[in-house]
Amino acid sequence: MKEQPYLPILVVVAGLALLPLGLSSNTVLNFLSFAMIITLAAQGWNILGGYGGQFSFGHAVFFGTGAYGMALLQVRFGVNPWLALPLAMGLGAVVGFAIGYLSFRARLRGSYFALVTLAFAEVFRISANAWGFTGGAAGVLVPLRLDPANMQFADKRIGFWLALGFVAAVLALTLAITRSRFGAQLVAVRENEEAARALGVDALAVKLKAITLSGAITAAAGCLYTQKFLYLDASLAYGPWISVEALLAPIIGGVGTVFGPLVGAIVLLGLGEVTKIVFANLMGGSVPGVDLVVFGILLIICVAYAPRGVLGLVQGWFRRKAPA
Amino acid sequence: MSALLAVNAVTKRFGGLVAVDNASIEVAQGSITGLIGPNGAGKTTLFTVIAGFEPATSGSVAFEGRDITALPTHQRASAGIARTFQIVQPFAGLSVRENIAVGAFLRHPARANALAKADAIGHQVGLGAMLDQSASQLTVAGRKRLELARALATEPKLLLLDEVLAGLNPSEIRDMMPVVQAIRAGGVAILIVEHVMQAVMSLCDSVYVLAQGRIIAAGAPGEVARDPRVIEAYLGHGAAARMQAQAAGDAHA
Repeated sequence: MKEQPYLPILVVVAGLALLPLGLSSNTVLNFLSFAMIITLAAQGWNILGGYGGQFSFGHAVFFGTGAYGMALLQVRFGVNPWLALPLAMGLGAVVGFAIGYLSFRARLRGSYFALVTLAFAEVFRISANAWGFTGGAAGVLVPLRLDPANMQFADKRIGFWLALGFVAAVLALTLAITRSRFGAQLVAVRENEEAARALGVDALAVKLKAITLSGAITAAAGCLYTQKFLYLDASLAYGPWISVEALLAPIIGGVGTVFGPLVGAIVLLGLGEVTKIVFANLMGGSVPGVDLVVFGILLIICVAYAPRGVLGLVQGWFRRKAPA
Repeated sequence: MSALLAVNAVTKRFGGLVAVDNASIEVAQGSITGLIGPNGAGKTTLFTVIAGFEPATSGSVAFEGRDITALPTHQRASAGIARTFQIVQPFAGLSVRENIAVGAFLRHPARANALAKADAIGHQVGLGAMLDQSASQLTVAGRKRLELARALATEPKLLLLDEVLAGLNPSEIRDMMPVVQAIRAGGVAILIVEHVMQAVMSLCDSVYVLAQGRIIAAGAPGEVARDPRVIEAYLGHGAAARMQAQAAGDAHA
């Protein structure tokens, strides 16, 4: 039988695409759309952090650049959103390359790299909050004009399918990377940079490629966020919340795996929603931030007991069931 | 014909410490050249300079007649210089096949070709049965073979082997020697740092002796081993004279 490496992606995406047909609840659709956006951001993180081993604490910088790029291109320059989206992704890529060039050329690794990315995200957040062009503290509002030509959909399902389409493309891209020379070199750099260089791997070029791609993908998540909520301010676009979710989802799902960010995003957001509902009922009112407590506990559990995430647990379980 | 590798008067200083002092060596095409010397003589430092991991403080390195002193490591690998590490550096999270494939990807951009090459190299160095294992599960001997396999997979013209026999037991060393000889037979020149003298004597065509950063002797392995300066470098000042006196005394008695 011929190897069909892309079949699992097709099955999972088809399954997700069919979900909204049976459901019409707005809450569920909103949840699914948001989960796809987080998956996309997390998949961007996963390429750099999961495969490349360069842990970023500041992926908000790419998400926010995509989100602001998408909003400002429309509001300030009147660009059509279908054109603004690839342009904003390009901006994300440029920011990725610039941050990568500055930090990787200075040989920053590990926690130093993480701190620098965090600092960049904060600089961008504070600047966006202060600058008139980005709307300052009041933020940017994208005018509501429900029209597919305007990438705003009256039917929420179409918004979900659009986001799912991006997720599908990025899943396929990630799998293609893992099967390519670039993927092998990226993982080699993660495992042991010195040894990789001795084998002819240009470590700097590989890391730059990874962070550029990572920036573009996470920026795409920001673009979709803008089109979904039509409102942005600095702490939504560049806030630490998205940096945290972009890195938690892959870690919970399975870091450095194709499906890890998707599984992680659904588990993470699902548990967050359940917690909010449970606490709202217990306390007789919503408790803001209680889902973050759950995220923290999840992270501790994952690091201590499931370093390879949910997918790692499932794999281990299957192996014990059917010893090869 | 000029030498494949020519190291000209290389000096490497770390702060006040002179690790390599004005060392010149040559490796001829298709030869096995040994680099020996007591611990701390600067052998590994010289290796890192040749492979481009550390810049030389002064002096130059030429490969195939081309000056490569300023070339970064990965470009030296493309040019045809591969090294192994004294302290093995496997990609622990990857399988043996994936480890070797990283090297193979250098000359084979297509995945299928790189994996086929990795399989072939794996079998050549005796890792054929372990290709699907995780590199972290290998024994010390297995890891040494993996170092060799990865370097070989880059299809080098010159292989720098840094103590690939250290830490192996005598039977593992006996298994490894034919592997090294087969690599040379395949047309790859080898520069080898080694403490296992039996291996140096039987493998090498010529040997350089490094002591306190300086090349103190060079020549055929047999000659070098009898050189009084070499014996003193290993056993201390006056050792050669004492040994001669002792030998003479034994002859009289």
